[in-house]
Amino acid sequence: MDKPDYRHMPDEHGHFGPYGGLFVAETLMEPLEELRAAYEKYLKDEEFLAELDADLQHYVGRPSPIYYAERLSRENGGAQIYLKREDLNHTGAHKVNNTIGQALLARRMGKTRIIAETGAGQHGVATATVAARLGLECVVYMGEVDVARQEANVYRMRLLGAEVRSVSSGSKTLKDALNEAMRDWVATVDNTFYIIGTVAGPHPYPAMVRDFQAVIGREARQQMRQLTGDLPDALVACVGGGSNAIGLFHPFLEDEGVAMYGVEAAGEGLETGHHAAPLCAGKPGVLHGNRTYLMEDADGQIIETHSISAGLDYPGVGPEHAWLKDIGRVQYVAIDDEEALAAFHTLTRTEGIIPALESSHAVAYALKLARQMRPEQKVLVNLSGRGDKDMHTVAAREGIKL
Amino acid sequence: MSRIEQTFAELKKAGRTALVPFITAGDPDPDLTVPLMHTLVEAGADLIELGVPFSDPMADGPVIQRASERALAHHVSLRDVLAMVQRFRQENSHTPVILMGYLNPVEVMGYEDFATAAEEAGVDGVLTVDMPPEESHDLVQALRSHGLDPIFLAAPTSDRRRLEMIAAAASGFIYYVSLKGVTGAANLVVDEVAQKLAEIRQVTDLPLGVGFGIKNAEMARTMSRIADAVVVGSALVALIEENVKEPDKIKKEIYHLVHGMREAMDQA
Repeated sequence: MDKPDYRHMPDEHGHFGPYGGLFVAETLMEPLEELRAAYEKYLKDEEFLAELDADLQHYVGRPSPIYYAERLSRENGGAQIYLKREDLNHTGAHKVNNTIGQALLARRMGKTRIIAETGAGQHGVATATVAARLGLECVVYMGEVDVARQEANVYRMRLLGAEVRSVSSGSKTLKDALNEAMRDWVATVDNTFYIIGTVAGPHPYPAMVRDFQAVIGREARQQMRQLTGDLPDALVACVGGGSNAIGLFHPFLEDEGVAMYGVEAAGEGLETGHHAAPLCAGKPGVLHGNRTYLMEDADGQIIETHSISAGLDYPGVGPEHAWLKDIGRVQYVAIDDEEALAAFHTLTRTEGIIPALESSHAVAYALKLARQMRPEQKVLVNLSGRGDKDMHTVAAREGIKL
Repeated sequence: MSRIEQTFAELKKAGRTALVPFITAGDPDPDLTVPLMHTLVEAGADLIELGVPFSDPMADGPVIQRASERALAHHVSLRDVLAMVQRFRQENSHTPVILMGYLNPVEVMGYEDFATAAEEAGVDGVLTVDMPPEESHDLVQALRSHGLDPIFLAAPTSDRRRLEMIAAAASGFIYYVSLKGVTGAANLVVDEVAQKLAEIRQVTDLPLGVGFGIKNAEMARTMSRIADAVVVGSALVALIEENVKEPDKIKKEIYHLVHGMREAMDQA
């Protein structure tokens, strides 16, 4: 078999092998074609790229540092663990890399209104933030269940001037918020830009969001060389929809010596069925505009997911991950709620860095992996977000009322 | 000639427009679906669109979403829907039935298995709303080889290039989504619809249905002057919802609305 052509994926119709594509109602086909054309044009437009770079540097605070977690590595044993500090970005997570890019694109396309879906609220906050800065109207769809459990982020979005619309259909979580945002878009596409927060959805979103997030991996490649003289032996990132993971992995895909691990949420355990791990325990199907691995029942209905981390609580996954799994380039594994919580505490106490619960899944797997590796080997973990937003969840889990 | 083609040919000869009501299979109760299909025919339906419930109906408004939720509360699966069509066919061999739903339940069943079972059940056409012509090649082949018509949507946003692609993939009829939005949305501008239908007629001889936003007899009459078929969905489903606690009334109310539309259209 020929070596996969990582750089030129997806094909012109948005396919990553059998995955991805464009599965939406006819009304959205022309708007998506318009978006694809704009995205391809501006991705090569020097003025656009210069503006994006300047914003990433001065507004987001890039490049984000790489930090050698020396004490964590020593106490854990085995390989050296490095952290890509996306938690230090403005708004506290990697999400803003993408919302800045898409919002600048929206302005170039003459759109005056921004919509987004959000689960935990991180993408909603990152979208409301850039909308405030660019003076664009902003509506964020959020499941009723998530609105109740993420009050602080709802308030942040409102402070930033966004309207948060609570979604009460279906399971009242992230997937339903995405459905509702699509319904809005189909009726308002003349003036509205839909900022999807992850590498899922119809073409060109999986490719576009990846390209905006790939800044993570481009920086990391250079930084690891500068810092350690070589590329890392392994990359580890958590995977919900998969945007932080693909952002880190993509620039390394052709580096054969670099192993990659995408960490899904095993929730209460893969064997219980209460998890959010479509790549580890799901089947291919079609949802939200693309073909990918899904959590579904025998009739093809989408089932509810479970994870302590709201950001990983999604029944699908980006189509590029589905493809990378099938061709074996990336290994997909799962970490359950308890293991993630333990890693949350370990990193907090050994390094003084409080990770997001999403990122704690990656840390947990990296700790396991490092123990099986030699001390001169290096594991790079994408620390995709900070844990401030998770104080209530962690405290409640431990019976503490804040 | 497929049952759908036959029906449109007869209507054309009689100078009438097809009335195509939509209900969601299993809403509000799986036992009510087949009797309701017969009621639709008695009230003047020429074809029936039967919705296959799906957990994430992205292209539907709140009314049809809730119908899906009511049906899924009874765990109505794609196979159950096919069994309903089979029961309907025991008493009705002339009214075409079109399944309308989303792709994933069909994917899970497998295209070939689905097409085989749909043919056996007496289904005539299949509309998967989240499958544009670009992605439809394999399913269209499976449907065609079992004598089923693949039905496609056309939209106000479809340009000439897209209309040609849709016309090439479709058979039976083309379903024109008469407004930008989800099912059951606000108001139609008749002139704009008429203009777009004329544009579609330049690329196809297939009959053209119009749906999304037709709420009453008056709208049905207006649309019947410019289209070959009038599709009514949310207005019927809303009636089912209103009477969800009194299923005895549902048949009567549905008959009344569909019959009223039929009469209005025949006077057009």
